[in-house]
Amino acid sequence: MNRFYVMVGVLALVLGIGVFAMLRTGGATAPAAAAGAPPTVVDDSFRGYTLGQGSAPVEIVEYLDFECPVCATFATVQMPTIKDQLINTGKARWRFRDYPLPIHKYSRFAAHAAQCAGAQGRYFEMQDQLFSHHQWAQTGKDPSSLFRDFARDAGVDLKAYDVCMEAGRYAGRIEYSRQEGDQLAVDGTPTFYANGTKLFTSLRRLPNSDDFKTLVDSIVAHSPPKPRAPARH
Amino acid sequence: MRHRQAIALLALVGLFVALYLWLHALGFGGAIKCGASGGCEAVQTSPWSVFLGFPVAFYGVVGYLAVLIVALASLRPAALADRKWNVMLVGLATVGVLFTAYLTYLELFVIHAICRWCIGSAVIITAIWLVAVMSSFHRSVRSPEPRTDRVA
Repeated sequence: MNRFYVMVGVLALVLGIGVFAMLRTGGATAPAAAAGAPPTVVDDSFRGYTLGQGSAPVEIVEYLDFECPVCATFATVQMPTIKDQLINTGKARWRFRDYPLPIHKYSRFAAHAAQCAGAQGRYFEMQDQLFSHHQWAQTGKDPSSLFRDFARDAGVDLKAYDVCMEAGRYAGRIEYSRQEGDQLAVDGTPTFYANGTKLFTSLRRLPNSDDFKTLVDSIVAHSPPKPRAPARH
Repeated sequence: MRHRQAIALLALVGLFVALYLWLHALGFGGAIKCGASGGCEAVQTSPWSVFLGFPVAFYGVVGYLAVLIVALASLRPAALADRKWNVMLVGLATVGVLFTAYLTYLELFVIHAICRWCIGSAVIITAIWLVAVMSSFHRSVRSPEPRTDRVA
């Protein structure tokens, strides 16, 4: 019996050391902009980059995390169809908001890289780079130089990009977006809202382009017709 | 007794697996150690990684801790012959297996990603359940038979 309790103690010690070691060696040193939430949160009245026409009857807001593989899958597999069917046809406008999850070391850094590219009008090109070359999210390695390559390929001026990243210029904006997501009860990524209503809360799978088409068509069909301007005589 | 010892050891391993996933979900450490497939990240960041407001791994920590405590308590000399501990262990393991089955269903058919740590935990809780069921059918401690000394 005593031998058994010694075995339990030794096993607990070995497992404890193993868990501690895995947590300690989980990743490289985070760059400044990825170090975590900034001390001050800034509302610079920015509410995310949008795709689509301002007059679209439906606005979909997506809270995303650049390091999240599901977000990457959605962006690369579903979004092309959604763009064709809903955004380019003027039925829906898509708004991208940042929701960096605390379990991801480089989410904020990636969001910041996208914002710095966005400052040069290259947000969507940088988003494409980050999502379509998503292997960076699986390595746990510092992606600073890789993101710089992405930025270059996205047509970003690297000198301005470096200054923006070094300064952590948009860290407060990203944290503001994350806190906004908290207030809206975002509970994972990606989470979607249509005209302010949280979507697919009872759907037991990830939504696809058909789900969004059905949803948008339904909203459009049930929207009251726009009042027509009185005829002039 | 051997069955209960095996359950205690399995629960200890499961506890540390769940503890690692829970601490990671709370933001400790960097990228999860999961091999190159990335399945753990997909599972851990999905909307189903939170259940009733807590990370799923938290329930694993609580569950394995409960099994460990019950298994250790059942190993006290006074409890060895008491079969109610077997019933408790089977009950706890059954809850764990059902919850694991639900999570595995989500991985396979909803999230479409497999987390190796989750598979490890599923194997452990299934093993605990099997040992607990075997233990409940196995008379490991026999009551001393009454002495029948006869006087010739």
